[in-house]
Amino acid sequence: MARLLLRRAIHGALIIWLVATATFFLLHLAPGDPIAASLDSPLTPPVVRTHYRHEYGLDQPLSVQYGRWLVMMAHGDFGFSFPHRRPVSSVIASALPNTLLLMGVALLLSFVAGIALGLIQARHRGRPLDWGLGLGSLFFYSMPDFWLALMLLFLFAFVWHVFPVTGMFDPVMYPYYGFWQRVGDRLWHLVLPACTLALLSAAAIARFQRAALLDVAGEDFVLTARAKGVSERGVWLHHVLRNALLPVITLFGLALPVLLGGSVFVEKVFSWPGMGLLTVEAIGTRDYPLLCAAVVIASVLVIGGSFVADALYAVVDPRVRLE
Amino acid sequence: MTSTPAASAPLLSIRDLSTWFHTGGRSVARAVDGVSFDVMPHETVGLVGESGCGKSVTSLSILRLIERPGRIEPGSRIDFEGRDLLSLDDRAIRAIRGNRISMIFQEPMTSLNPVFTVGDQIAEVARVHSTASRREAWERAVDMLQQVGVPAPADRAREYPHQLSGGLRQRAMIAMALMMHPALLIADEPTTALDVTIQAQILELLAELQTRVGMSILLITHDLGVIAESATRVLVMYAGQIVEEAPVRTLFDAAHHPYTEGLLSAMPRLGDRRERLTVIPGTVPSPTQWPAGCRFHDRCAYAWDRCRTDAPPLYQIGAGHVSRCHLAAEPARRRAPAFAAAAPAS
Ligand SMILES: Nc1ncnc2c1ncn2[C@@H]1O[C@H](COP(=O)(O)OP(=O)(O)OP(=O)(O)O)[C@@H](O)[C@H]1O
Ligand SMILES: [Mg+2]
Repeated sequence: MARLLLRRAIHGALIIWLVATATFFLLHLAPGDPIAASLDSPLTPPVVRTHYRHEYGLDQPLSVQYGRWLVMMAHGDFGFSFPHRRPVSSVIASALPNTLLLMGVALLLSFVAGIALGLIQARHRGRPLDWGLGLGSLFFYSMPDFWLALMLLFLFAFVWHVFPVTGMFDPVMYPYYGFWQRVGDRLWHLVLPACTLALLSAAAIARFQRAALLDVAGEDFVLTARAKGVSERGVWLHHVLRNALLPVITLFGLALPVLLGGSVFVEKVFSWPGMGLLTVEAIGTRDYPLLCAAVVIASVLVIGGSFVADALYAVVDPRVRLE
Repeated sequence: MTSTPAASAPLLSIRDLSTWFHTGGRSVARAVDGVSFDVMPHETVGLVGESGCGKSVTSLSILRLIERPGRIEPGSRIDFEGRDLLSLDDRAIRAIRGNRISMIFQEPMTSLNPVFTVGDQIAEVARVHSTASRREAWERAVDMLQQVGVPAPADRAREYPHQLSGGLRQRAMIAMALMMHPALLIADEPTTALDVTIQAQILELLAELQTRVGMSILLITHDLGVIAESATRVLVMYAGQIVEEAPVRTLFDAAHHPYTEGLLSAMPRLGDRRERLTVIPGTVPSPTQWPAGCRFHDRCAYAWDRCRTDAPPLYQIGAGHVSRCHLAAEPARRRAPAFAAAAPAS
């Protein structure tokens, strides 16, 4: 088992390196360079331009730039962001926690809700509750993420005024709040974006979980459990669910990229100051160092997620653990 | 132990049990169709029949483990220890499952949950049916494993099903079934999936435990050899019905029903070098369309007009011996040896 995880870790590192490399070269193949936007005006004397190009190594051959960049990355130095006039790491340090919070809450919500819905549907298989919930999840499943985000924003923030429109906290009152009021205010602002993200994947998870549960429910050992006198509740929650969680754990690894992609829209719609918003801005300003860093961090998150999924799988399935 | 059926009251009494599967459309699969029999205290009753005749559905009906679209039809009656099982509420029937009536199944691999240890699964029975703590339940599970002849039971209990051999898994299933000292054990083809030496060991173990615990066994199999070795009384099932019932010696010496004759001649005997020589010709009819008259008539070497139209009742042949065959009323028609004549006499 430890060997399996070690192998996965090495694979993961390799993939992250490949992604980083590909991003680096792709971005440098694109026309213009990071300081073009600020310096390529006819008013800037060519000497100044050359000076800065030299200062930031942009006049070096691509291979040398790549080599330097790798060394810097290995030291956790992502370079300097011109548009932000700060080191990339400090820009990311202020945005990444916001994204992690949003995604973490969304991930938790979507799995709890998805598994619970799947369980309810499976237990009422073929009855109105099952197809009602099935129809509902199909509705959210097939909905484009940005559209769902806009609709929720429109309904809950503009029409019903239940939740705040944008941001992470109240821009006016926040400084005057006490500690618990601040926590409450932040949670309040988290509800809509997190639920939007969660709804999208919860729907998929519910459909998947229902199928997995029904698959397991037909197994011989479920009959054995009933024949032992275990209650329906025990049969489903103990014997069936535990086995049906195995395929869903695989989804955990797959859900991260989807959530990450979704968070770009959601952060934009709800003005959530996270990595998604940052990346979208960075594309506009040709902030290469920031973009590279964002892509690398995203790939670390995704690879890390599937690594966690593998480890979880091994915890739940003794056949894998004891291999 | 010799049983005296006539003297005591039956432990289990099944009357007119019908379990039908209402599988959409207008077709109804009458898998079990009017089955009646008794099981006395301490006796082993064998239930035999070809694949698909309704043996498993009968046994699952006893514990009400039939799921939709299957249904135990109104008019059926199952009495156990003086209680009508079919009228119990869910909680009461659960209190009987695994406690007073236990089951073991054919496939010891798939019948155990792969993600829990063997000990956990055995201990669960005690936790469901008694107030035993986790620790007590675990100790009883280990003790039970020892009683069913599992070596190093404390270590085996901590293992997962996939780590045990087929024979050990079936012993674990038996330990699970006997945890609460049930009055009735239903064993549905308990040895079919095992190889021959292990089969014999498991049958021996069951017989030994039966005397120790003092329980009755309903032994389901399609292997008459297993019946000959273990049962005191035999029920022969065909197409959802009991077609013959007899003490085990009577059945092997003087079977009455042509279907039983067919089963017996299909049975490889000790020292018999020939592979299955006689197989009953024809195929098992579908439970959605049982043949009119006697359900066996189109496979029967003796069948005549009456068999095609009149459904035979259970005729009394001798003491404890009944047969669902019109030959009981017209014995002269049993002229030719079974299946010798290619065309049925008409
Ligand atoms: N869930 C179900 N839905 C529909 N029909 C069923 C279902 N379960 C069993 N049946 C039908 O009931 C009939 C009897 O099945 P059963 O499992 O009792 O046979 P069996 O005698 O135990 O055979 P085997 O020796 O193969 O175990 C079969 O024809 C089968 O098609
Ligand atoms: Mg069966």
